[in-house]
Amino acid sequence: MAQVSDVADNQPPQTKTLRIARFNPEKDNEKQFVEFSVPVEKWTTVLETILDVKQHHDHSVAVRYSCRQATCGSCGMIINGKPRLACFTKVSELDSDVVTVEPMNNFPIIRDLAVKFERLFDTHHKIKPYLDREDTELESDAKEFLQSPEELEKYIQFANCIKCGLCNSACPTMATDSSFVGPQALAQAYRYVADSRDKGKDSRLKIIDDSHGIWRCHFAGSCSQVCPKGVDPAMGIQLLRGYMLGFRS
Amino acid sequence: MTQDEHKEGFKGMANPSRYGIERVAYWLMRLSGLGLLAYFVAHIYETSNILRGRVGWDDFLALTQTPEGHVGMGIVIAMCVFHTVNGIRVMLGHGGVGVGKPTRPDYPYDPASQNYRHKIGIYSAIILAAIAFMYGMAVMFGE
Repeated sequence: MAQVSDVADNQPPQTKTLRIARFNPEKDNEKQFVEFSVPVEKWTTVLETILDVKQHHDHSVAVRYSCRQATCGSCGMIINGKPRLACFTKVSELDSDVVTVEPMNNFPIIRDLAVKFERLFDTHHKIKPYLDREDTELESDAKEFLQSPEELEKYIQFANCIKCGLCNSACPTMATDSSFVGPQALAQAYRYVADSRDKGKDSRLKIIDDSHGIWRCHFAGSCSQVCPKGVDPAMGIQLLRGYMLGFRS
Repeated sequence: MTQDEHKEGFKGMANPSRYGIERVAYWLMRLSGLGLLAYFVAHIYETSNILRGRVGWDDFLALTQTPEGHVGMGIVIAMCVFHTVNGIRVMLGHGGVGVGKPTRPDYPYDPASQNYRHKIGIYSAIILAAIAFMYGMAVMFGE
């Protein structure tokens, strides 16, 4: 602890420029960038710089956040051109004197950095994100559904999704197709199709077998590159398509 | 594309600079596909000139026997090779072949689907397209 304190004492905080996109759909026609000087330590996250602006410069900046530890998926935004979680991105790792934050692409803007998640939640709900079977393990006399570690490995990676929407923001198909289901929902469809306890594979595959469903994915892989939890939606989508093309059973 | 939707639009779809070689391959695939479609239409128009008789056909064919025409043909050859090789990679990937196996991810979360096999496939497609272009140039300008 003493060493950490010494380092902190010897290195005064740097000052960096934070450019925040301001936009109110009820009043503005286009985004405008406002610049602020913010103090930055080696460990300062982008979210902390935004909160510093709210505390010391302009409290009206709209931003959504909660857990500050990449668990809730609330603070997704475009940081220096790429979708990232603000709480999970250190300013020092951006290697730039100017940090530009904008609302996520492909999501309607509520105000400034806050976007609407309704469509993401709708498409997520559409693929039936739950175990689809007749019986239940919730009744008092029911047995729990057993599963081997090998069966768990088939989908556990995709259960890490925090619904932050970064994958949908990076997807080139989402950029032009308003009806596309999106990588988040498709990866979650795979998560349940690959779950040995689930019995709803056929109905789920039917839902995504649509002209704006799984066939609109062209395997650009941008979704996997921006995922902050290592979910790798591109892999899930291709494996899911393997089921539909008969490569997998 | 309304402001309400805040879609990134065609500019965002076509921007190949932010997401690595896989996004560049995605962009080149679209570009070469459209290029080959344009060539297909032009080719049908070109061959339809045979209806004008031998003189008309020879006159039109002479238009392609120029340095610009040769470079254009070289680009068509390159597009054809890239689209074929990268298309095989994408088709295999679409079937779930070579995209890795699900596993518990460890930070810093290197996505398994963007693995070296697919990167080799993309670079191979680009290199083979460049070689085909140069070979085509050598044949057409070496006459």
